[in-house]
Amino acid sequence: MKASLRVKRYNPEGGGKPHWGEYTLDGVSQNDSVLDLLHRIKWEQDGSLTLRRSCAHGVCGSDAMRINGANALACKTLVARLGSGDNVKIQVEPILGLPVVKDLVVDMEPFMEHYRSVMPFFINNDNVPEDGRERHQTIEDRERFDDTTKCILCAACTTSCPSFWANGKYVGPAAIVQAHRFIFDSRDKGAEERLNIVNEQFGVWRCRTAFNCTNACPREIEVTKAIAEVKMAITNGII
Amino acid sequence: MKPIIHTHDAIVVGAGGSGLMAALYASRGADVAVVSKLYPTRSHTGAAQGGVSAALGNNEEDRWEWHAYDTVKGSDYLADQDAVDVLCKEAIDAVVELEHMGLPFDRFPNGKISQRRFGGHTNNDTGKPVMRACHAADRTGHMILQTLYQQCIKNEVNFYDEYQVVDLIRVDDTIRGIVAIEISNGQFHIFHGKAVIFATGGWGRCWEVTSNAHSLTGDGAALCLRRGIPLEDMEFFQFHPTGIFKLGILITEGVRGEGGVLINSEGERFMEKYAPSIKDLASRDVVSRAIFLETKAGRGINGQNYVHLDVTPDTVNHYFKQDGYTDRHIDKEYIEAKLPDIADFTKTYLGVDPTVDPMPIQPTAHYGMGGIPTNVDGEVLLNNDTVIKGLYAAGECACVSVHGANRLGTNSLVDLVVFGRRSGMKVADYCKDAELLPLPEGSADEIMAEFERIRNNTGSVKHHDIRKEMQATMTENVGVFRIQENMDAAVVELAALKKKYVEEMSIDDKGALFNTDILEAWELGCLLDCAEVTAVSAANRKESRGGHARDDFPERDDENWLKHTMCYLQEDGSLTIDYKPVVIGRYEPKPRVY
Repeated sequence: MKASLRVKRYNPEGGGKPHWGEYTLDGVSQNDSVLDLLHRIKWEQDGSLTLRRSCAHGVCGSDAMRINGANALACKTLVARLGSGDNVKIQVEPILGLPVVKDLVVDMEPFMEHYRSVMPFFINNDNVPEDGRERHQTIEDRERFDDTTKCILCAACTTSCPSFWANGKYVGPAAIVQAHRFIFDSRDKGAEERLNIVNEQFGVWRCRTAFNCTNACPREIEVTKAIAEVKMAITNGII
Repeated sequence: MKPIIHTHDAIVVGAGGSGLMAALYASRGADVAVVSKLYPTRSHTGAAQGGVSAALGNNEEDRWEWHAYDTVKGSDYLADQDAVDVLCKEAIDAVVELEHMGLPFDRFPNGKISQRRFGGHTNNDTGKPVMRACHAADRTGHMILQTLYQQCIKNEVNFYDEYQVVDLIRVDDTIRGIVAIEISNGQFHIFHGKAVIFATGGWGRCWEVTSNAHSLTGDGAALCLRRGIPLEDMEFFQFHPTGIFKLGILITEGVRGEGGVLINSEGERFMEKYAPSIKDLASRDVVSRAIFLETKAGRGINGQNYVHLDVTPDTVNHYFKQDGYTDRHIDKEYIEAKLPDIADFTKTYLGVDPTVDPMPIQPTAHYGMGGIPTNVDGEVLLNNDTVIKGLYAAGECACVSVHGANRLGTNSLVDLVVFGRRSGMKVADYCKDAELLPLPEGSADEIMAEFERIRNNTGSVKHHDIRKEMQATMTENVGVFRIQENMDAAVVELAALKKKYVEEMSIDDKGALFNTDILEAWELGCLLDCAEVTAVSAANRKESRGGHARDDFPERDDENWLKHTMCYLQEDGSLTIDYKPVVIGRYEPKPRVY
């Protein structure tokens, strides 16, 4: 089968303007991923097409893009999911809300700054167990924050969020997911400080429960639910 | 454009598990910069699935000495046994320490870290598989990577994200720093320091079907080779038995640890023939060869070169009963809880639900046992006896050697936490007294000229074409089974590809901004170097051992070949081979039976 791709191109070097690049590929299979197709364009037609990618199977988080209008990882989006017939039409753009560096590559720094702002690290200054071994945790306590440990920082959630698009100062879903991972970890002692951070003006209350983040997450984290749980923890305490 | 110069005590190259572990420890006593071509959390440690072994004995008796014996046996007796002792003994502390850093391990009902069975890990008294692999579902590597990165943020380690290291600055027998490109704008930077730690991972992209990320192009190993450091045991490259058919995506050995079995077209659990004692949990080289032989004998599924990995509850419980496990029984929910990512991968890429249907798998190029030679403190060796001051390596790019001719499952994660930590400590110590040696004039000139050459070269060949040819020859000739004639052919072909690389390759993107075209071209040069050393080392070793299996020399030959290969790049571009003795300890080499 054939695939027709429209890819948003932009190279500011030499004063280029954003435009659509049009590419046609033959011999495409239903099982090809969008990353496979972008690689074919880059390797067979135009080496200047620029994107990030690494693991190519949905665990490193490098290739979040806007594919046919929705955020997804290019390596986890198969042609079969985008249409059938002899000629599948695929539109690829960079994720929204972060400055574009070139083609599909955005500046991740604002996103990473939000991530770092929520103290995304384990805090427990108590002495470790006397036998020198691990702290204990029940299976139930471990399960409590399992969902948010899966985050790969791909930014698909944050850059699908209307509140983030409206104001980039909002810490965004990904940072709240990271805060959640520690707030609900029974071993961690930094919950209060973190809750204070996400309770601020550009914290959780910017969330309007649009559920875009949940739909966008390639790790199937229930992002909106995690945000709601953080909101509840601020108002009612951690349950 | 002149390079920008930065000065730090120590420069860590690569931000996967070993790099971050080294950075954490080195930063306790030195000013450290981590320079990585990827954002740290995108490193391939994050793709490791099944577990990190340590003889915690949380659910049954275990001892680090058993772990050591299993590792030595798994290595086909090529591992240095003093280093293996360090690995297995310190694994316990290292894993506990990861837990103290907040790593969310799965738990046993008693609240301790949960452990599972894994290939080649046994109770040495009974010979039965032992629960040693500490895990967080099938995302153990992800959790290690995230936890270490989080701790680095907490400790305010300096990161230079998306800076690609392209040269090592060596003056005589000292190291002065590295040269890197800032990917976003093409600016060259020199990182001047007292110590450099390479933690750049493997070179699995030398082969067609691989579990490795696109970024695993052997940069650190190639840079060391080019600056006169030998590469050790490069002929030993692991083919993991269970990659998704055609795609190579890893399906963790944890699947078999939880009871999954390999089945051929006749419905036969064929590992019973090859490893009567521990069957599907034999070491990876043994299982990969068995799959290869089954498909060669026409017992691949649908006559093709793949078999089934079956973890459906009915099949697993059937074989539990047959194997005499009266206390083991699994159901759909258990599989979904223990192997969620595997289920996600096979559903996404194959439309297969592993709790309902078997998964089509084939061996996939996975892990380099060889690499940059180091001692147990991560110090890089210039030859068999001499350490080069200020240069360190850890993780997959290094060869300590704890994996010998074949690595046991989970031991890559053990390696990176144990030796990442040790090299970090050693560097902190070294930087206290070492003086910052001056940076030579024009340290970046040579590599900047090479980039200009690649940028301006005219020719009709694309880097992708050369890469495809390299991967084809490595797959055909330096794969699971090897023979002299084919390996010699690969050596000749790789030399021709290197010539083509220099003379005929051109790129499309001539710009400075985020130029991944030129970086992929440069990375291909690293892959070609790693492939060539692998092929030359393989053609030279006239025996079968671990991951190096030859049809023409099917037996292990301890009399002549119980020694490490040390491959050197000479000034005229030729490769020469020398040998290093293997350190034998408590375990005398004996035939390996599983």
